[in-house]
Amino acid sequence: MRHFLTILSHEIRMLLVSASTYIAAVLFLAVMGFIFAGVLENYSKAAQETSPATVFFQLFWLPVFFMVPLLTMKCISEERRLGTLETLLTAPVTTAEVVLGKYFASYFLYLLLWASTGGFFYILHRFAGDLRFLDLGPLLGGYLFIAISGLFFVALGVLASSLSRNQAVAGILAFTLLFALIIGLNCASSLEMMNLDSMKPARAILDYARTFRHLDDFSHGVIDTREVLFYLSGTVLALIFSILGVEAKRLHS
Amino acid sequence: MSADLPAIEVRDLVKTYAGVTAVNKVSFTVARGEILGFLGPNGAGKSTTMRILTGYLPANSGQVTVCGLSVATHSDEVKNFIGYMPENNPLPDDMRVSEYLHYRGRLKGLSRGKLGVRLDEVLDLCDLKRVRHRIIGTLSKGFRQRVGIAEAILAEPPVIIMDEPTIGLDPHQILIVRDLIASLRGRMTVIISSHILPEIEMTCDRVLIINQGRVVTQGAPADLRREVFGHSRYELEIAGDTAAALPAALVRIEPTLHIADAGEPDAAGFRKLSLTTVRDDDLGETLLRALAADERFRLRALNRVQPSLEDVFLASTRRGWDAVDAPKGASK
Repeated sequence: MRHFLTILSHEIRMLLVSASTYIAAVLFLAVMGFIFAGVLENYSKAAQETSPATVFFQLFWLPVFFMVPLLTMKCISEERRLGTLETLLTAPVTTAEVVLGKYFASYFLYLLLWASTGGFFYILHRFAGDLRFLDLGPLLGGYLFIAISGLFFVALGVLASSLSRNQAVAGILAFTLLFALIIGLNCASSLEMMNLDSMKPARAILDYARTFRHLDDFSHGVIDTREVLFYLSGTVLALIFSILGVEAKRLHS
Repeated sequence: MSADLPAIEVRDLVKTYAGVTAVNKVSFTVARGEILGFLGPNGAGKSTTMRILTGYLPANSGQVTVCGLSVATHSDEVKNFIGYMPENNPLPDDMRVSEYLHYRGRLKGLSRGKLGVRLDEVLDLCDLKRVRHRIIGTLSKGFRQRVGIAEAILAEPPVIIMDEPTIGLDPHQILIVRDLIASLRGRMTVIISSHILPEIEMTCDRVLIINQGRVVTQGAPADLRREVFGHSRYELEIAGDTAAALPAALVRIEPTLHIADAGEPDAAGFRKLSLTTVRDDDLGETLLRALAADERFRLRALNRVQPSLEDVFLASTRRGWDAVDAPKGASK
């Protein structure tokens, strides 16, 4: 892991100078700004039971679907298409260092973008002057959920990028994986079939893996280690497969 | 890594891609400080062999050692010994030249302090000082090529492998690159592949011709000429009774001298003849005197033909084809 930091700092630099990062950031902040404004409008019309932060984080999947693919799609596929992966891997670095460096750079940027939405809450706090709007519990829980689930989401994006030399294919693959994980599992668990007694174990598994339930728990201040473990193990698995993906393509190139 | 070990030793290397044998029992050694030219037509297995040397691709069988270490089992250590410039010289388009070289230097384990000094040296050596702050994507082909070469020699590795370093360069730049490679002679072991034969002939100590995944022939360019042709050639333009009287006259001069090829006579009655002999020393003067003194012939031009490496290449790769096409071809 000698060169991990070299690659990480290089990748962060390259992300910060690339135009696609800023496109993703502008899109993200615009969408989140509209969502936040919409949430506040509802609050101004009638009193609500939950805090704005809870409603805001409930829509976390919307930016995840386009932002994670945009941030991660080029990380490995672009290098392979340009052939720079060959120069990179013939330098004294390991594939694991390369994949991890790229992964953490993307994750860092993902966190940075989400952290910038903290500004919305600051503005709300500053101008509303009402502490009830700023329920610290759901807010911190929401950000913690974003940070932990983000580990897995970004890893899936890196995995998709390691499988194709075409950025667009990698992006769409990442979107599909994320969609299956977040919406697909949610829909599957609400199928009528799942109410059958014979499907009970399957229902338990689906319920365990349901992202929306995790979000609920986190924003209620329940930090279940099983859920944290779910995301961590998923992350590790996705990264191992990414490393194997890069290796396999190298061996068969 | 003791000094008497060869820098690179390849034995019976075999690599197949999906049933196609790209490299077939290739063996060669490269001594320390030697510059080896890798010649071969497209698809001969040059790039594959180079990739295996760098540890990027695994071989199916055979043994490759670089500086005494096996590439298959010590690939991480071996990477430290090699500066590699791949085919087509891939570079990131959105980085500055100095940024890129700095990053690569750090990856190759150079410390920050040492890297600064070395970077200046390399930029100077490759004549890149003017463009050090330019973005690589905006550079011309010649500059990009030199960035690739600068990257390969950056960490001063004992072995440098460059896949077609002079492709796409103009004659001026080729000259610079040639001088650059020549300046590495004795200090670093260099393997370059190229299609440009005079290029190889001028820079390389030894040439290895490879075709269809097999080593067809290897040796110093001068030895190769002798080995492949085994004779000297003379060309003359002569008029007179060349069909009947000339062969006899030639045999009197030198018993092995005979007419290999004769052209049609031109308007003045001169025809171009090409003569071959196994004699290595120059027969030009003897030939000229004898034929000029003979009343039956009128001599207009005489010229000793030096076969270029190109002829060697063509002859030996054709030989390679024959060997491959033959039902039970010899291995070389």
